Amino acid sequence: MSGVAEILAGKGVCICAGSGGVGKTTTSAAIAAGMAARGLKVAVLTIDPAKRLADSLGLPELGNTERQVDPALFTAAGIDPGEGELWAMMLDSKQTFDEVVKKHAPDAETRDKILENRIYRQISNALAGSQEYMAMEKLFEIHSEDRYDLLVLDTPPSRNALDFLEAPKRLTQFIEGNSLRVFLKPTGLGMKLVGRGTGVVFSVLKRITGLDLIEDLSEFFNAFSGMVGGFQERAKRVNELLADERSTFLVVCGPAGDPISEAVYFHRKLIEAELPFGGVVVNKVHAEGAVAVEREDLLAELSERLDNPELAERVTDNFVDYRALTVRDRANIRSLTAEMNAERVIEVPYLDSDVHDLSGLLAVNRYLFADRTERRALAESGG
Amino acid sequence: MTTLLDKRLVFVTGKGGVGKTTVSLALGLAAARRGRRTIVCEVSAQEHASRIFKRAEIGFHEVELRRDLSAISIDPDRSLREYLELQLPVKAMSDLLYKSRIFSYLAAATPGLREMVTIGKIWELGLNQRKAKHSEPYDLVIVDSPATGHGIGFLQTPRTFAEIARVGPMANQAKTIDRQLTEHERTGVVIVALPEEMPVNETVSLESALSETVGVSVDAIILNALYPKRFEEAEETTLREALGAAEGGPGAVAIRAALSQANRARDQHRQRARLGELTSAPIGELPYLFAPAIGVEQLELLAEVLEQSGAVGAPR
Ligand SMILES: Nc1ncnc2c1ncn2[C@@H]1O[C@H](COP(=O)(O)OP(=O)(O)OP(=O)(O)O)[C@@H](O)[C@H]1O
Ligand SMILES: Nc1ncnc2c1ncn2[C@@H]1O[C@H](COP(=O)(O)OP(=O)(O)OP(=O)(O)O)[C@@H](O)[C@H]1O
Ligand SMILES: [Mg+2]
Ligand SMILES: [Mg+2]
Repeated sequence: MSGVAEILAGKGVCICAGSGGVGKTTTSAAIAAGMAARGLKVAVLTIDPAKRLADSLGLPELGNTERQVDPALFTAAGIDPGEGELWAMMLDSKQTFDEVVKKHAPDAETRDKILENRIYRQISNALAGSQEYMAMEKLFEIHSEDRYDLLVLDTPPSRNALDFLEAPKRLTQFIEGNSLRVFLKPTGLGMKLVGRGTGVVFSVLKRITGLDLIEDLSEFFNAFSGMVGGFQERAKRVNELLADERSTFLVVCGPAGDPISEAVYFHRKLIEAELPFGGVVVNKVHAEGAVAVEREDLLAELSERLDNPELAERVTDNFVDYRALTVRDRANIRSLTAEMNAERVIEVPYLDSDVHDLSGLLAVNRYLFADRTERRALAESGG
Repeated sequence: MTTLLDKRLVFVTGKGGVGKTTVSLALGLAAARRGRRTIVCEVSAQEHASRIFKRAEIGFHEVELRRDLSAISIDPDRSLREYLELQLPVKAMSDLLYKSRIFSYLAAATPGLREMVTIGKIWELGLNQRKAKHSEPYDLVIVDSPATGHGIGFLQTPRTFAEIARVGPMANQAKTIDRQLTEHERTGVVIVALPEEMPVNETVSLESALSETVGVSVDAIILNALYPKRFEEAEETTLREALGAAEGGPGAVAIRAALSQANRARDQHRQRARLGELTSAPIGELPYLFAPAIGVEQLELLAEVLEQSGAVGAPR
């Protein structure tokens, strides 16, 4: 066992986190496919996958449930997954939120009141962190059905990976806004203030926000109040699942300076939060310039080989450009490796074209699942 | 027609990691070179401008980076505080409110409040008669907007907020801001895209959502980090043959690098053509820079390319 397979040995949940556009969706899908190819029953929860990737895995546009990826696709790629199965779904976060409300609502009337409330409609669509939280929620739900050996969770395209970790806190904070109820009890005649010392604050507040907002919030929290306990309890269990020793976080990042420091930072935050850190995947690493050579020597060799000095010059210039990126990426990865346990940094090169089907995912897997000797061989063959 | 840099307020938006910060700063440099007093705003406590210009953290201050170019990093808590201070003439009163438990619950519970006060601060920076103490007006405010997680969120904040709050000073101000965002002479939007499938798709839907649903003017799409076309197809064949014959060594590595560059450039130019077909705003292009990091020197270069680009407005 090696690479990702080693990190995931005995794990039931793998969460791929990282900042926008680094390759979280690609990595999650690749890992799921790779583990299925190794005989496990795997489900991947993707978030806004590229349409071509979704299409090629046979995922319909909507639908908040898992679908099995056609085993014939594996056979066509020359793989016999044995007992292995790959299931995939696309998260619909609004629908998940609605499902949560339906689950926790004490009765039909409360449920409808919440689902129709203006404030609720806003938060389920737009409250920062709600998509992140709903991804965890869905993970939890599927996990409790206990149908898979491994669940791989992709994470939403946040500004930074930390947004994901903070999502439960934000949502809980929001829900705790229900303490507003303590101050504001709707009566037949509008609002009545409860509690000493709130009078001044309230009258100042009213001047800023107007009364409508306070009333609407109060109505929302009243409808929601019966569910707060259930919601908090659920959030706690979701957190427990993330922190479980059978769960693991993979941090996905790019090879440039900023992304690398962000990954280091995220790693530290994971440790602080006592969440299980599995490793870092550095994606889109430039390896094209992986040989040290003087410009003059290269130019001479190429001129002879190509029998076209002008073309040789352009090939050389291009190499010099890539060489700079390769050197930069190496230095960045070296400092990342120094920061973490060296075994847990996995590099995936910047492939010549983007990844949009199972065979592309399997190409990524050559690197994700490579052991040390394979890794060295891959590096020497130039990818 | 007013060109982009003649507007008062320009929002730079796009998917995560496409180059919004880079483009915002390059636009800022281009505008400052024309003598427009410009400020670039980062939101959610980001600090890229200070790092790239090698300054101490900027924070919630207007800091001059060079002649006619300033930057500020807007954080919602400070914006909220400032907002309260501006609304409530007596400091004791705003302090009382800001520190009260009921208010912090309300601030956490009201959907969009944090985004609203952020936009409120941006709007304030663009006023002729600034409200903040000891402040001077800017000709141009460039906003390095948050990544579009789901479409249009940030620019729609004022409208959404006005609907939520309905009445009162905050709702009224939100309505005023929303009106100004959709005033095409005053406010413009730039979408940054990469020549890759997903970013192109997202740009297409973002453009239509912004111009149709929100009603803002999408003045330009900046296609960032475009690979140059360095090799003709016939040359690729030559290279491939040479590679077949070659043993290992530096020559083979360099030829492989050339072939992979050619391949990516081809994919990218295909995406560029798609983008042109599927969108209607003028498209400006920025080259991929083979530099270890984007520093001031690289930004200057990109600013120059933008200035020459018809999409941003020909230099006067
Ligand atoms: N190693 C790679 N080599 C080449 N292209 C890659 C590689 N990994 C990912 N890509 C491509 O990069 C693009 C972005 O990848 P992906 O969608 O997985 O990122 P993401 O982190 O999920 O983005 P978002 O934050 O927007 O959700 C896709 O077009 C994908 O095909
Ligand atoms: N034209 C370019 N050539 C080379 N590298 C670039 C170019 N434009 C941006 N970059 C690099 O790409 C990365 C992302 O750019 P930037 O930070 O501007 O994106 P962003 O859209 O602001 O990201 P975020 O959504 O995380 O705020 C940075 O490392 C930046 O230096
Ligand atoms: Mg994704
Ligand atoms: Mg940015």
